Amino acid sequence: MDWLIILASGVATGTVLLYATVGEIFSERSGVLNLGVEGMMLLGAMSAYKATAATNDPWIGLLVAMLAAGLVSQVHAFIAITLQADQVISGLALNFLATGISLVFGEGLTSLRDVVPQLPKLTLPLLDRIPVLGRIFFTNQSIMVYIGYLFVPLAWYYINRTRPGMHLRAVGEYPAAADTLGIRVYFLRYMYVFVGGLLAGLAGATISLSISPGWFGSLTTSGQGWIAIGLVIFAQWNPVQAAFGAFTFGALRRLVLDIQGPSTILGLANPFFYNTYYGFFLKMLPYAFTVIFLVIGSREANRKRIGTPAALGLPYIRGQRGL
Amino acid sequence: MSKVEVKESARGLAFPYRIKFEDRVENPPRWLSPLLSIVAVVIALLLGALVIKIAGGQPWAVYNHIAKYSFGSLGVISDTMVKATPLILVGLACSIAFRMKLWNIGAEGQFFLGAFGASMVVLLPVLPEDAPKWLFISTMAVFGMLFGALWGFIPGLLKARYNVNEIISTLMMNYIAIEWNNYFIYAVWTDKGFQMSRMFQRNAWLPRLSDFAKRWKVFSGLTTHMGLLFAIGAAIILWFILAKTQWGYEIRLIGDNPRAAEYAGVKIGRNIVLVMMVSGALAGLAGMSEISGVVHRLQGAISPGYGYTGIIIAWLAKLNPLAVILASILFGALILAGREVQPSGIPTLIQGVIMVSLIASDFFLRKRVRVIRRVEE
Repeated sequence: MDWLIILASGVATGTVLLYATVGEIFSERSGVLNLGVEGMMLLGAMSAYKATAATNDPWIGLLVAMLAAGLVSQVHAFIAITLQADQVISGLALNFLATGISLVFGEGLTSLRDVVPQLPKLTLPLLDRIPVLGRIFFTNQSIMVYIGYLFVPLAWYYINRTRPGMHLRAVGEYPAAADTLGIRVYFLRYMYVFVGGLLAGLAGATISLSISPGWFGSLTTSGQGWIAIGLVIFAQWNPVQAAFGAFTFGALRRLVLDIQGPSTILGLANPFFYNTYYGFFLKMLPYAFTVIFLVIGSREANRKRIGTPAALGLPYIRGQRGL
Repeated sequence: MSKVEVKESARGLAFPYRIKFEDRVENPPRWLSPLLSIVAVVIALLLGALVIKIAGGQPWAVYNHIAKYSFGSLGVISDTMVKATPLILVGLACSIAFRMKLWNIGAEGQFFLGAFGASMVVLLPVLPEDAPKWLFISTMAVFGMLFGALWGFIPGLLKARYNVNEIISTLMMNYIAIEWNNYFIYAVWTDKGFQMSRMFQRNAWLPRLSDFAKRWKVFSGLTTHMGLLFAIGAAIILWFILAKTQWGYEIRLIGDNPRAAEYAGVKIGRNIVLVMMVSGALAGLAGMSEISGVVHRLQGAISPGYGYTGIIIAWLAKLNPLAVILASILFGALILAGREVQPSGIPTLIQGVIMVSLIASDFFLRKRVRVIRRVEE
């Protein structure tokens, strides 16, 4: 078992979670909880695959995926922001809707395996020569992984150091105050839900065009959208922590898949090799870890009294008292 | 000058009424909520037809098929009731939790654990193989509810103790439950290497209508089983608890105004754990009823997403336990007859569209529409 390979593919798997998590961070920072990530990712994965199959160009697939997920996110935006409905239940509804659309339009795509082109893989010159880290982060990775490296610091900088980022945070913390300063609360919330949709679509496309290519119905995402929502809480709404969580999680997922391979681990007999049925317990681990991450995240948030955007989940109604 | 004239003529031509949405001060009339739900479902079916059309299907053929193969004859009505049975129970599970604004979306996992607990009675075995039928059924029901409740207890405790978001934790528990069941299907209780347990002996089966065909000819071939009685009984009990008892009042109070509940001395943490357990037990009973009444063995594909459909049912029924029964029959029909519909995602899609349009329609419960005549200035 080559630990470096596991860690490298963990980074690739984590990239999917990374995009979805940061997308949800944008949406939640503006005060809108969007539980539809799983469905939007599925829609992204499906439309990316379908568009790529039609045009033979994965970049067009990527674009279509982002637009499709972005558009469907606006259903949630309309219900949650304009109609002021409960964001939890509206997000769940978006999930059902997007999953249904993906399954209907994804019919027959499974058979297209090996025909659809994938996004390119690159090895970065020079950087790949860094001992250990070079092989984990910069050798034969999907281009989406490298875009992810650039994207995280940019997202952090945007949220914390720029004027539009400040407006984003204001809208999520104290929309009434933001409104009196002339910041367009409704418009910004719509926009950041859209951004969350774009990124969830990107995450889905990253799965179906690069990380584990193909369309396998609802198994394509297998709960990663929900894990991403969990990671947002763990990451305390911070993109850099989200990257840390996503890569850790990706590595865990890979480890769970690969640990069954060798007959010995660190010189000891490997129980997962001799009884493959124990693999079912291994498959539980990513989900169990999500719960554990949530416990850690919640305790941290309690201790530091920071994190959750104050207006998260609350509709903003102009002219009413309160947040 | 000319500019002003244009303006005036525009005003003259303008539609003389405008629509205004106002907050409701008083409660909406009683008939409005059911009416809105029906309108929302109809609109959803029309929207669903549009999407099916775009996807290249034939919407009217699909709907015709669903209607015919779910309500077209006594036999299929009975099958619809079989599908409605677990849906009523998971719909109730979601309703009681949602009533407290506790977002238990783990009914699917609790359903699987309930099925596991019930199977355990036969397969472990907890009871000797020749135990009487009434003992088998009651023990299986108790085990199903216990294991479902356990699966609700974990996220409930995490929520009460550490304020862990129950949406994510219950959902993660769903995936864990499915792998848990898989382990037992593949490794422990496998039947000659197949991915299912052996068939239960007959005294572990819930009685069906067809069992009484000798005395009443009408019942021959009807698959509706006693689980339906469990479900309807549970609905009535839950309605009574929520509407008539102090505990039900506490649940509703926490849901509507947690701060007021706290000042009134209601123990919120304890109620979170308790309601999650009751919710889990109901979903677990659904799993037991499905295992003992329909499948008669433990296997992988025992649920086409019942637990998730339960969320929509609870919302369609406006969290009213008695209305859950009606909503479940509707979705039972959709799931039953939707199985043969191509493309296979259509039932999921229709469920999604129904839910979206239901939530959008709630807007009119909170706001009143007023048509105001423009005052001539």
